[in-house]
Amino acid sequence: MVIAPTPDATPLALSLRDISKRFGATQALDRATLDVRRGTLHALLGENGAGKTTLMRLAFGMAQPDTGTIQVDGQLCVWRSSADALRAGVGMVHQHFLLVPAMTVAENISLGRGGMFSGFDPRAAAERVAALVAETGLAIDPAARAGELPVGAQQRLEILKALSHDARVLILDEPTAVLSPQETQDLYAWLRRFVESGRTVVLITHKVREALQIADDITVLRRGRTVLQVPAKDASEIEVLAALLGEATTLTAPHVRTPARLSAVPVLTVDDVRVRDSRGTDRLTGVKVRVFGGEILGVAGVEGAGQLELLRVMAGRCTPYAGTATRPAQIGFVPEDRHRDAVIGAWTLVENFALKHAGTASGTMAWRGYAARAEAGVRTQDVRTNSVHNSLASLSGGNQQKFVLARELEGAPAALIVENPTRGLDVRAASQVLDALRAARDAGVAVVIHSSDLDELFSVSDRMVVCFAGTVRDVAVDRHAVGRAMVGLT
Amino acid sequence: MTTHTEHRSHSWRQLLPPVVVAAAVVGVIVLVIVAGHHDLAQSFQAFWRGSFGSAYAFWSATLVRATPLTLLGLAVALAFRSGVMNIGAEGQFLAGASAASALALSGIRGTLVLWVAVPAAILAGALWAAIAGWLKRRFGVLEVISTLMLNFVAQYLVSYLVRGPLQEPTHVYPQTETFSTSAHLPLLISGQRLHLGYAIALVLALALWWMFRSTALGFRLRAVGAGPDAAASAGHVVVPRVMFTAFLLSGAIAGLAGGVEVTGVTYALYEGISPGFGYTAIAVALLARLHPLAVIGTGIFFGALEAGAAAMQRDAGVPFQFVAVVEALVVLGVIALEWSRSRGEVRP
Repeated sequence: MVIAPTPDATPLALSLRDISKRFGATQALDRATLDVRRGTLHALLGENGAGKTTLMRLAFGMAQPDTGTIQVDGQLCVWRSSADALRAGVGMVHQHFLLVPAMTVAENISLGRGGMFSGFDPRAAAERVAALVAETGLAIDPAARAGELPVGAQQRLEILKALSHDARVLILDEPTAVLSPQETQDLYAWLRRFVESGRTVVLITHKVREALQIADDITVLRRGRTVLQVPAKDASEIEVLAALLGEATTLTAPHVRTPARLSAVPVLTVDDVRVRDSRGTDRLTGVKVRVFGGEILGVAGVEGAGQLELLRVMAGRCTPYAGTATRPAQIGFVPEDRHRDAVIGAWTLVENFALKHAGTASGTMAWRGYAARAEAGVRTQDVRTNSVHNSLASLSGGNQQKFVLARELEGAPAALIVENPTRGLDVRAASQVLDALRAARDAGVAVVIHSSDLDELFSVSDRMVVCFAGTVRDVAVDRHAVGRAMVGLT
Repeated sequence: MTTHTEHRSHSWRQLLPPVVVAAAVVGVIVLVIVAGHHDLAQSFQAFWRGSFGSAYAFWSATLVRATPLTLLGLAVALAFRSGVMNIGAEGQFLAGASAASALALSGIRGTLVLWVAVPAAILAGALWAAIAGWLKRRFGVLEVISTLMLNFVAQYLVSYLVRGPLQEPTHVYPQTETFSTSAHLPLLISGQRLHLGYAIALVLALALWWMFRSTALGFRLRAVGAGPDAAASAGHVVVPRVMFTAFLLSGAIAGLAGGVEVTGVTYALYEGISPGFGYTAIAVALLARLHPLAVIGTGIFFGALEAGAAAMQRDAGVPFQFVAVVEALVVLGVIALEWSRSRGEVRP
């Protein structure tokens, strides 16, 4: 991928060069570069784990790079903390808001100012905030309690907090992830006006289409490296998407299947299903999916497109407010967040095996039976442990995931739903997990998988659907077609 | 081989909290005695005399004191293991004591009175805890706050009862009249004050240990305590319902403790019937690391501590209040040890 030189002589507001950062065994950033021209809106794109947030945390002084340089307005900077970055005019709005819910807007903005023993004058603070609100045009009531504000207003409050330090470079981490479409439009309009006043915005996002519409320049990170840096007007969606997802160098040949072994009737059907999140925003708007026994259905989609809700409806972990989902009685589910939703680390493998039956068991627990079943599962999935009475936390991540698979595949379920099953696993463990899914498919199980790693989806799926903005579409197992569908192109 | 050593180091670690705590207790006692210019030897003799020094001290002081502490410790351990932070064993104890007293004085004749009074105590304790359980389930009220506040409500409820409807006939003292002997729990050993309540506590400790180890209900309670999200997602456990069950069971045991105390020891209800048993029980449960069988041991430990301290105050003039300092040290010590343990844990 070509890294175009900075197209004109506009001075750089923020320049990060050859930045590397390692966390333990993970190389989060590998000589990444980002040049942001003054007075522009710059979109920083990348998949989960590409290093976007890490790069911006370094720019904001929350950590120090191992190598590389940071320049603000041409001045070489070494941050010891984000207070240094704020003083130099760099502000950041985090994806997860850092607000004190019980305090008012004015108090939140005034936090961290003055010394430990200097007084706090609520009236002066309110006036200062009112002036800031008037100047920025971000509508918010200075006297409202932060915890009672809607999400859009909480985000305006975070922006005001950054601007109250006279930020000339504003970094926003996935600001639209929590916003409704209207709030998103309002935010983008405001950001546009903000850069037109001569200041600079870096927008971390994974939404390609939005980035192309609103940004002046685009930088794409992939696996910690800068792979594309172009003005938005010169870039096409497909080009950006290709940079984002990588070249299809390791793509294996499509799996050839004999359709005769598919079940005659669908094992799982989802009909006209609608799901709303806790804020009342529709996450699925009337989707229809059929899954047959003996196939692996890959579900693709950018974050928040509705794929997780779809999988949870299929797994019976989420109840739609309209439509019907027909599921078999026996169904396995491997959730994305293993430590939170699948297992209890301090417990033994036997106890974790029995956990699946915690809700339905009655009377006394047949521990000897559960131990035998755990042993059998451990053998089938080749989980490396010397005893099923060891704690689950003593296993490596890959073995933990294989153990979860063993548990969820026990008792021959008719369907298996898996979310990002190889996240955080090394290559060997990841391929073992995918092999286990193929084996289940060959045994007649209806397998549904979502993964944010498209390579993985292509290598394992027999058939694919793509989620986009709460809708689901059938798509050929083809990188080009899937990529277009993920950004809403037909 | 590896598993063997792992197992050994694990049990060694489990021994550490009691050892550290025992050292802290001795240290604090010495400090209090020396700071107050009391005679060290005389004080320790008094402590020994009051706790383990004679058969009477052990059976009639230490174990009688250990009875409510063990029962309440079991109530707290059950709740904590199920992820329910029930700080309200004190209030549930008072609710149970009030209900048992009301029925003991109701004029029911013969041995039937105990068969009515003790179950009423269990029911009252469960209902008192159910208030906090319902507030949590319906409105998400934190049980740490609600159960603690309900302790004060129960305390004033007892004050009202012993000055109003249940006051003794002369209306002079803020207490009930003494229960008739048919409403007294049987004594376990003739010539000693130890009553049936302690046997009930021992059986209950065994029963809870078995419940957590072997029953589906115990497994659900543990799952909800150890990983509510995993229990709900992987195990289809209805977490709010199981937590409500934990409130009921914990409150029932604490209520039983109250019923046993009035029918086994005091034979009457009065203000200050609990010198903070429900709060001491938190230390009892934490020192036992929430294990029901270990609660028997820590119950005796705190029973002896309180019995010995009472003797020390009587015979050597050392203030009884230092027991509260020891209890606080126990809680802090256990929390600090848990914290250092979890910090050292390697998560792959």
